[in-house]
Amino acid sequence: MIGALLAASPAESRLLGGGRLEGPMPFVIAIMMFVMVVIGAAGLALGQAASIAAQGIAQRYTVQVDGNAAAAPALAASLRKAQGVVAVRPVEQAEMRRTLERWMGPQAAAGDLPLPAMIDVDLAPGASRKAIAAAIAGVPGARLVAHAQSLGPALTALRALGLLAAALVILIALATAASVVLATRGALDTQRSTIEIMHGVGATDDQIARLFQRKMALDALVGGTIGAATAGIVLLVIAGGASRWLSDLTMGPLLGPLHVLLLALLPVAGTVLATLVARRAVLRHLGAKL
Amino acid sequence: MDVLASIVEFDRVGLRYGTGAEVLCDLDFRLSAGAFYFLTGPSGAGKTSLLKLLYLAQRPTRGLIRLFGAELSEAPRAALPAFRRRIGVIYQDFRLIPHLSAFDNVALPLRIAGASDRDIDGPVREMLAWVGLSDRASARPATLSGGEQQRVAIARAVIARPELLIADEPTGNVDAEMAQRILFLLTALNRLGTTIIIATHDMSLVKATPGAHMMRLDQGQVVDPTGALRHPPQRSDGA
Repeated sequence: MIGALLAASPAESRLLGGGRLEGPMPFVIAIMMFVMVVIGAAGLALGQAASIAAQGIAQRYTVQVDGNAAAAPALAASLRKAQGVVAVRPVEQAEMRRTLERWMGPQAAAGDLPLPAMIDVDLAPGASRKAIAAAIAGVPGARLVAHAQSLGPALTALRALGLLAAALVILIALATAASVVLATRGALDTQRSTIEIMHGVGATDDQIARLFQRKMALDALVGGTIGAATAGIVLLVIAGGASRWLSDLTMGPLLGPLHVLLLALLPVAGTVLATLVARRAVLRHLGAKL
Repeated sequence: MDVLASIVEFDRVGLRYGTGAEVLCDLDFRLSAGAFYFLTGPSGAGKTSLLKLLYLAQRPTRGLIRLFGAELSEAPRAALPAFRRRIGVIYQDFRLIPHLSAFDNVALPLRIAGASDRDIDGPVREMLAWVGLSDRASARPATLSGGEQQRVAIARAVIARPELLIADEPTGNVDAEMAQRILFLLTALNRLGTTIIIATHDMSLVKATPGAHMMRLDQGQVVDPTGALRHPPQRSDGA
């Protein structure tokens, strides 16, 4: 499709005059595409992070036993036998104290700070939590905490940021379309006499529109490719460290091949959008004339 | 003896711009295919407006216009390009595309009609030779004299062998010798079957064209001094 949009004989290319990449449009589109790819990548990474994190905690629970730590080993043994349970890991008191030390300082390490006993439990995919609930039912002070529930607000925030990024990409695409319309109107005004002459010798609206849309397609393809390539380099070089950190956090790569393909298609989508918008602007303009 | 077929028919045609008075009113005439017409009249009589109606750059505000046998007053826009390709126009101000060479300006109607570069080259060079501009093929309009631009405009108007050629003061910007040459070119084209309509103030052109008919526009109305509009020319060969 892009090839067909750009195919033109040298004579056709000369009809509108000027250079092929004249004017500010390639630069405007390059900037818009740069921003679009960076925001799009951020949005996809956030969405992926939320998705991976949600998968990781969906079947993870913690059994908390308040004031009855002595019951924890028996309870852990009971949980191991419960239906659907694939892993049981009692959390060491020392580990909890180390964690608390980050917020409370050295006093968290003191033995007089009462801590509940905690047991992490992983269920098999699709398994019900009822088996865990049944196992803890007879243990005083024991209660079940679902990780999905406690981390839910954070995941919701991540997903919301991902959606916000998608909305921003759409807004930037709309802003690009608006700038294409303005540039096309300017070009139509500049080429008014050429258009009149072409109409006079029998050119159809479609023939005239093709000249403008081809020029806009070329501007968009070159500008879009430069913008996307620059964004790609920036994402690789500057955001590389953060990406590795986030990948560690979510135990997987944040942008998969499909995401990269999606981002790589943005310049193509931008070119098609610019071409269609330019064509529509030209046809609307010409439609108002005889 | 058969009456030549009408190529142009105006039926009570009126034209006004905006809410102003009618610049053309009740135009009612027929032009025969293959004939040669001069359109004369004082400045402001409506000659250019009439020509705009003829080359489909303007729609009438009332009345019917038939070109090539088709009613075009209210034809959809999409139908007009096909008819415009059958009409050649020589504008008073030439209207050459400034960033194109003389060659490309002349080739424009053929390109618009979809001819390939290979099919265009020969006819365009032949046409440029016909108007005496073989050595100026690659020159841009700004580097051509007024007479040369006029001849490029003429070559562009006739390159696609139009059935109807409309010229607005085609000799207005050239000297007497060049005017004669242009008239000779148009007469030769007419002999090949093209209907010619020339708007001019230059009565010497009218006198120098035997067999031509004259339409006179005065205050937006057509006067028919030679009677050609009321009594169209007839074929003498009975064909």
